[in-house]
Amino acid sequence: MNKHVLHLVLARLVIALITLVIVSFTVFAATVLLPGDVVEILLGQAATPEAVAGLRAAMHLDDPAIWRFLQWFAGIFTGDFGISYANNMPVADLIGPRLLNSLKLAGITTVFSVPIALTLGITAAMWRGSWFDRTVTVLSIGVVSVPEFMVATSAVLVFAVYLKWLPALSFANEIHSFGQMLRVYAMPVITLSFVISAQMIRMTRAAVIETLNTPYVEMALLKGASRSRLVLKHALPNAIGPIVNAVALSLSYLLGGVIIVETIFNYPGVAKLMVDAVSTRDLPLIQTCAMLFCIVYLFLITTADIIAIVSNPRLK
Amino acid sequence: MMRSATQFRAAGYSINIVGLIGFLLVFSWALVAILAPWIIPYPIGEIVDFDYFGPISDKFWLGTDYLGRDILSRILMGARYTVGISLIAVMISCTLGVALGMTAAVVGGWFDTILSRFLDALNSIPSKLFGLVVVAGIGSSIPVLIMTLAIIYTPGAYRFARALSVNINTMDFVTVARARGEGTFFLIRSEILPNILGPVLADLGLRFVFIVLLLSGLSFLGLGVQPPNADWGALVRENIGGLPFGAPAVIFPSIAIASLTIGVNLLIDNLPQKIRDRST
Amino acid sequence: MANLVEIRDLKVEATSDAGRVIEIIRGVSFDIAEGEIVALIGESGSGKTTIALTLMGYARNGCRISGGSVSLDGRDMVRLSERERAAIRGTEVSYVPQSAAAAFNPAQTIMDQVVEITRIHDLMPRADAEQRAVSLFKALNLPNPQSIGSRYPHQVSGGQLQRLSAAMALIADPKLVIFDEPTTALDVTTQIEVLRAFKSVMKKGGMSGVYVSHDLAVVAQIADRIIVLKGGEIQEVGATEQILTAPQHDYTRELLSAFTPKQHARPQAPTAAARKPPLLDVLDISAGYGPIQADGLPLMRALKSVSFRLEEGRNLGVIGESGCGKSTLARVIAGILPQVKGDVIFDGRQLARSAAHRQKEELRKLQMVFQFADTALNPSKSIGDILSRPLSFYHGMGRRQQESRVCELLDMVRLPRAVRHRRASELSGGQKQRVNLARALAAEPKLILCDEITSALDTVVAAAILDLLKELQRELGLSYMFISHDLSTVQAICDEVIVMYNGEKVEEMATGLEEGPGHPYSRLLFSSVPKLDTRWLDSLELDPELVSAFARR
Repeated sequence: MNKHVLHLVLARLVIALITLVIVSFTVFAATVLLPGDVVEILLGQAATPEAVAGLRAAMHLDDPAIWRFLQWFAGIFTGDFGISYANNMPVADLIGPRLLNSLKLAGITTVFSVPIALTLGITAAMWRGSWFDRTVTVLSIGVVSVPEFMVATSAVLVFAVYLKWLPALSFANEIHSFGQMLRVYAMPVITLSFVISAQMIRMTRAAVIETLNTPYVEMALLKGASRSRLVLKHALPNAIGPIVNAVALSLSYLLGGVIIVETIFNYPGVAKLMVDAVSTRDLPLIQTCAMLFCIVYLFLITTADIIAIVSNPRLK
Repeated sequence: MMRSATQFRAAGYSINIVGLIGFLLVFSWALVAILAPWIIPYPIGEIVDFDYFGPISDKFWLGTDYLGRDILSRILMGARYTVGISLIAVMISCTLGVALGMTAAVVGGWFDTILSRFLDALNSIPSKLFGLVVVAGIGSSIPVLIMTLAIIYTPGAYRFARALSVNINTMDFVTVARARGEGTFFLIRSEILPNILGPVLADLGLRFVFIVLLLSGLSFLGLGVQPPNADWGALVRENIGGLPFGAPAVIFPSIAIASLTIGVNLLIDNLPQKIRDRST
Repeated sequence: MANLVEIRDLKVEATSDAGRVIEIIRGVSFDIAEGEIVALIGESGSGKTTIALTLMGYARNGCRISGGSVSLDGRDMVRLSERERAAIRGTEVSYVPQSAAAAFNPAQTIMDQVVEITRIHDLMPRADAEQRAVSLFKALNLPNPQSIGSRYPHQVSGGQLQRLSAAMALIADPKLVIFDEPTTALDVTTQIEVLRAFKSVMKKGGMSGVYVSHDLAVVAQIADRIIVLKGGEIQEVGATEQILTAPQHDYTRELLSAFTPKQHARPQAPTAAARKPPLLDVLDISAGYGPIQADGLPLMRALKSVSFRLEEGRNLGVIGESGCGKSTLARVIAGILPQVKGDVIFDGRQLARSAAHRQKEELRKLQMVFQFADTALNPSKSIGDILSRPLSFYHGMGRRQQESRVCELLDMVRLPRAVRHRRASELSGGQKQRVNLARALAAEPKLILCDEITSALDTVVAAAILDLLKELQRELGLSYMFISHDLSTVQAICDEVIVMYNGEKVEEMATGLEEGPGHPYSRLLFSSVPKLDTRWLDSLELDPELVSAFARR
């Protein structure tokens, strides 16, 4: 890696940090600075003026907003996410096990969908215009343009209602055998895989087609190269950047999909925790979950960009 | 080439069958949204069937919901919320995004750098999450929903319009106008805007689809349109209990969403090349 | 000699985006003998590249060979299966592309790509192939033949890449090599080296060749026979010498006469003009791109202390190769790129550095016309609207006045008045450039900066534009600053020329040929321009030291 590449990578990391600060400020502002008094919500019926004032002081709500933001921001980096309003437990303890569940779900989905989606995207691009390409394209457009919950409900209708292969709703409390695990994870994983694969197929196909249209691929064709050689030796090495980007963006789509999927299948992950926290307006919990999601997103996008920089042959 | 160029133009604006289907889907949902109160067979709040999750029948074309209300009526009225809210939100976000994007491209410098950095940062908050956080912070009402959806999709519209405008801005005809002594407003209105309008309209359509999907998603989570009103996402949520026995009440609102979003996609994908690629 | 290639009644169709089918090659027939080099010459849209590619059984996206036969060594490339064609491509017929920079895969080393044909067709062990490549590198006069293969394409220069692409085409000893405008993207001083390398390798190997070009003088050096094409049809076929000296077809004559430079000779005594104050006085200008360094100059310096003056009613040519700073000079004068040092004095007033700070009157009197006619016209406005804007902006004209003035302007540039209702996309390249001129004239300027305005046009069209410029000058008493890489264009219109190299003015001289250039770079540049003479390249003797000092190959 030369100096120039190093410089670009560092610049990308700095941008990621700046973005993180802006994002955390936005999250903080949206939950705390906008109208709607937390204390009155918390106290509900018992909101006498004295009680309100007391709780406000206890929660440091009378401090200047910027000071509160800085304290909260510092807390994120020291692992102090505050105390949940709803059940008085440290937020970190609430999230810990849930996070593990969500990561499991995301991990299994990734392992399934990335290879399948990349293969479909690349082969569709190779045989552009064929019936295979058209089927893949139409299906992926179809999946992309319906809401995730529709993919989930369709999966339930097909696999649970008509085929009766799987239970409609899953609970991850007790898993004793491989069969059980399969049944528990099958539905959420199928749904999520559909959703993110559709994205990934579309983007991968577009990236490969773009490189297939370059003069150097035409040149290779005029040297007598076969179709698979054109794609594997000439197009793909130059499409790594866009493809990695497609994978990262699609995986970040997991973050949105997981919110619906965990809710609909009652899966005890972070997203479900967050949706529940919204209905109880448990702000410290919401803030922490939101930051967690944003950090994952930033991590994915930044990694993809860095891979694109490092794999760019022109920077060698 | 001259002769054929003019003939292309006449042919170029013709639209194909698939695009026409898309247009008809979108157009009929727009009509439904406007005419809903006059065409619904039953009042939407009224319990008209003793059975809940009733099947498709002569009386209730799309069955009944978890309380025994007519689903067709509720879907027709729901169109008002889904289409209406999404349309207003997409208008706001695209107007704001395109105006800022063009200005950033033409003015450049610090204005562009800071605005781009800030909006890119906003863009890196996953959209559903943004919705959750705002609803948690200030509660859900229709104006809040519209503003939230508009803000979530403004950075995307900005980025798109800015990228197009930056390309146009490097063209010699813009340089000619600059060297003539034209001001920023003229450059934006007269040199940039007419040349990005086609792709921007196509982008508006796609963004509308995203907004419909996000709004439905939020309503499905119970964070969007609040009872007694219901958009299509909320209808699915209300009736999710009917899912294990495949009730029409949970299937048809989903199909309504899909027909709208797929309709828009078909329409955009089959727009004449001329409109989509004016910038190239 | 037997014929290697026999093309009979070849037809190619193209399908437009709107689904219309047009025949772009309309029944072309010709032969190529073994060891013969045939040139396909024509202007853009003549179908020369399309015909050349059919020799490989290939038609670009949206095109289709719809009729006729292309027989190569007895096999009809049109009727073979894709697999059979692939077996012939690279081994029996190979291709040297127009832009080698785009045709090399950025992710692979040069050697990988040069020997790729031998790998695809499994012709020889890799070590043998590499050895062969190195000997080709030597034959093509490439520097560091042993190590250049291990580099990546972006690490070598354009002229070198062009020769490397020839090595790539020649590696498997094909019977026929197709050269698709291989020197068009190169500067003239680089072009000579590349042409010489091509010629000697082809002669030594005794291969047949098809040389596609729009440039008669280049073709004259390398081809045995010339086929003149227009609109997908053959106009004339003849031996090179005959085409150049005794053309039969009107179109060939038109091409030749457009090529021959018309000397611009105006018997105006410079002493008389010298007494007038100059119209444009450029004093010690430095400009560039990138952040300003400690010495107050930008990181990438495109102009280094350039000075010159231009008297009213006279024309100044600025000549130099790509990257010499000639276009930057025009942009500085027009206020598009503010200089970091130096002054521009125009019509007796010192101009602000940026156009945004100049007076409207100053801007009006100094207009600029750009190289690419189509990007200089707003595609979403009618020609009438485009021409009206400077009228209302500079002269405050009302609707009525504007309309009649637009018609006058169109008359001046010899365009029909109906053009004002059209959009730029409906006009041809030459017509667009006339509209650009009309827009500059609308301001009623004293000086027009012409930045390579004829370079993107076909020869015949460009010649007509030059005639128009001269005519306008006679009628309106304009001055031009004419920027070009092409010496004959500059000679056709300018009184004086400045020669630029690497951001500096190396020479200033009158255009008459009686006094030759003094600076060694000017000598190299002027002598590198190909002439319509089949013996020019072989008889040309360039000082090798001069070449290595200035030519960026």
